[in-house]
Amino acid sequence: MLDPVHESPWIVIFRRFSSNKMGIVGTVLILLLVLTAIFAPWLEPYSFKEQNINLMNSAPSAEHLLGTDEFGRDLLSRIIRGARISFVVGVLSVAISVLIGVIVGAIAGFYGGIVDIVLTTIADLTWSMPAILIALLLVAVIGSGLESVVIAIGLSYWAEYARLIRGQILSLKSATFIEATRSLGASDAVILFKHLIPNSIFPIIVAATIGIGNAIVLEATLGFLGMGAQPPTPSWGAMMSSGTAYLFISPWVIIFPGIAMMLTVLGFNLFGDALIDILDVKNGDSKK
Amino acid sequence: MDNIVEVDNLSVSFDVRGGLLLRKIGSVQAVNNVSFSIRRGEVLGVVGESGCGKSTLARLILRLIEPSSGKIRFNGNDILKLSKNELRKQRRHMQMVFQDPFSVMDPLYTVFRSLNEAFKINGIIHTPEERLSTINGLLEMVNLSPLHGHSYPHQLSGGQKQRADIARALALSPEFLVLDEPTAALDVSVQAQVIKLLDELKEKMNLTFLFISHDLSLVSYFCDRIIVMYLGNIMEILPADAVSKKPCHPYTKALTDNIFSTIPNKENSIPVLEGEVPTPFNLPPGCVFASRCNKVKSLCHEEAPLLRDVPEGGQVACHYPLFDISS
Amino acid sequence: MTFLKVTDLSVEFTNNKKSVTPINGVSFEMKAGEVLGVVGETGSGKSLTAQSIMGLTPLVGGQVSGSIQFGDKDLLTISSSEMQSIRGAEISYIPQNPMTSLDPVFRVGDQIVEGIRTHQKMSKKDAKQLTLDIMEELHIPSPRQVYMQYPHQLSGGLKQRIVIAIGLVTNPKLLIADEPTTALDVTVQAQIMRLFKEHTVAKNISLLLITHDLGVVAQVCDKVAVMYAGNLVEYGDINSIFGKPNHPYTQALIACIPTMGMIKGDLSAINGSVPNAGSYPEGCRFHTRCPYIKSQCKTEVPSMKSLSGEILTACHLY
Repeated sequence: MLDPVHESPWIVIFRRFSSNKMGIVGTVLILLLVLTAIFAPWLEPYSFKEQNINLMNSAPSAEHLLGTDEFGRDLLSRIIRGARISFVVGVLSVAISVLIGVIVGAIAGFYGGIVDIVLTTIADLTWSMPAILIALLLVAVIGSGLESVVIAIGLSYWAEYARLIRGQILSLKSATFIEATRSLGASDAVILFKHLIPNSIFPIIVAATIGIGNAIVLEATLGFLGMGAQPPTPSWGAMMSSGTAYLFISPWVIIFPGIAMMLTVLGFNLFGDALIDILDVKNGDSKK
Repeated sequence: MDNIVEVDNLSVSFDVRGGLLLRKIGSVQAVNNVSFSIRRGEVLGVVGESGCGKSTLARLILRLIEPSSGKIRFNGNDILKLSKNELRKQRRHMQMVFQDPFSVMDPLYTVFRSLNEAFKINGIIHTPEERLSTINGLLEMVNLSPLHGHSYPHQLSGGQKQRADIARALALSPEFLVLDEPTAALDVSVQAQVIKLLDELKEKMNLTFLFISHDLSLVSYFCDRIIVMYLGNIMEILPADAVSKKPCHPYTKALTDNIFSTIPNKENSIPVLEGEVPTPFNLPPGCVFASRCNKVKSLCHEEAPLLRDVPEGGQVACHYPLFDISS
Repeated sequence: MTFLKVTDLSVEFTNNKKSVTPINGVSFEMKAGEVLGVVGETGSGKSLTAQSIMGLTPLVGGQVSGSIQFGDKDLLTISSSEMQSIRGAEISYIPQNPMTSLDPVFRVGDQIVEGIRTHQKMSKKDAKQLTLDIMEELHIPSPRQVYMQYPHQLSGGLKQRIVIAIGLVTNPKLLIADEPTTALDVTVQAQIMRLFKEHTVAKNISLLLITHDLGVVAQVCDKVAVMYAGNLVEYGDINSIFGKPNHPYTQALIACIPTMGMIKGDLSAINGSVPNAGSYPEGCRFHTRCPYIKSQCKTEVPSMKSLSGEILTACHLY
């Protein structure tokens, strides 16, 4: 009797991941963001709120490694604290998008018919509107501030996840193992939640990883337009926005938050790309 | 006669939609007015080529697809009248073994977890010890080890996956199994293992089988009686040993002629049934086999023949059967 | 002059320091006009052997060794442009799945014409006529209409006939057919095998038929080569191999096939399953499943020996 190759799939994934250079870089960058966000109060050399008019717009120096902004606040500290905002906004808004998207898409794909047509139309309409437009409209309605921004971003991006999961479920619906489970007497709920959704979730995870990057950028954009977190909350976007007035005096006020954002988004994108590569290889092996 | 399953005038048709507004432009009669019984303890084979409806029939009998008309009785109960809940309880007695070992189990579940699901769904609660011993017992019945139980589907060979599928079908201790081409995707040596296993299990667990296959040799080896189908209709029902000796329907004979035996035969010509199975879409009236039959006469194009009894045992649907059946 | 002589054909793939030989030391011969069946289960290497003869081995990390003597050329040493001129003209290959071997965006008739004009200078008009002629010969109904169809509009049997037409239209010396009827209905399979008999056997085109189906082999072949896990285990005249096989695998394989009139219970099985390409056992690759195993089998690879003149067998029993 042939003995099965007894390697847990998790070990296989881990091994493949550790040989994927892009993925490692991405993971490092994400870890950097997460750790900075968690340990912000201990990492920041100064309070992010502390103003020092004497030092306003001062260039990077020994005391203020990244310089100061127009209120003399230490830029490094504000960027560190801003990591928290970006991370929380990124993760929470994507969580909202994924939740809405998975529910809508799964129902549309599973039940089909008129339900599918209605839900897909709603998703398509949402998807065809630029996210920034949706976010602006929502913020105009519910008011600005960090909570509003999270909700607005969450509601802007859900359509993509709905489409993804709907497509997966449509193709998996007729798989033999679904038929087999049904013939055991499984209810629709069991089939949907215990089989269809878990098997469809991987593309969602990849899209969500990259989506966190998008959400962070959108938050920065909203912050740039003055809609996001209110002062003195150091959102990177808001920092860049207020820094534009001083572009030629103290460009570091824009450059450094910008670099922080770029590295963060890059990290998520690299991680997501690596996930795609890894899954392809795993699926290739399993075609036995 | 103790019949475990009785099928009366079962039909199912699927709408074909086309055009911009996807309006109904016709229908495909996948299964047409099919009637037969399955005796308790027998292995009844269903054989036919693509488009004959055998896979659809398999799913109809378990009510995995709803028929358009007809009756299906299981142990005397009309299963078409059951509610969703009652049907779920009934399903414990009748299970299906599927064709495609490669996608028959959830790729994210170990074999153990897939088997356990049968119990979970049906509210058969086990203590962890009971669960372990029951499932290991099932695995042992199909010659798999607990190590196989803890594996994922992609770590198993085709034959092992097929056996795991049989274990899943047996988990609820059914009386009746429908096997839909269970060995079609397997090598011939692995097929032989699975067939032997099925034979043993049938004896041990007092099962009745409905065995679907395109392989007439396999079906005549393994089955007691055989239904020959063509384009959704039953052409003939006959005892397995009559297939090679005395087929009554011209199509059965054509299938028999086209079995390639392992007796070298390069010199002789191969008997051939011309043409191909037509698309089952908007079929002309009369016998569905008329377009390819070499014994066809005008009546065949006008009137579809009904199933008539054959004195030697069995039934045939043909206006001009290969031997005289009037008695 | 030999028609086709394959000697010690091996393909080795190295990946991450692991080397795998999906075919190892395969040797056989074909005479002109002969029909040779290469039979085996999954993982036997039969398709890979056919592809190697065509020079189509997937060469990513793969090394082909041995020699394939076709006429006066060794196909493994000639240049790729020379191989290209032979491929399709002198040796034609019918791949496994007709559903995917036809280009879906071209009419099927045009694809046959393309096959003609790649290897011969012929006007489009003449090539089209030749196409219609060969379609008639292959019993394709209404050739003019079928010519204009796209692959997806045709049934499996018709598609296979088109693929065979492409293979035969250049009058090759050798036709290699890889599982030509696996995906087809039984009655269509009979039609296609009859076609093979009429057009290759009658026209003296040599046919190398790759299949897992011993019944198909019995209908058309003169000789049969039995492969298991990349090795050629037995090879010879078809009547001898089917009538009195020597190799335990051949014996077991024939006994596994359900035949009409077989009594229930007579079907025997082979324990275990074919090993993966990455984990072939040492010595004879069949020893883990062989009922006649000796200690020699676990360490020494058996060589092909001529037994009774008609068959060559690679087994330590002899």
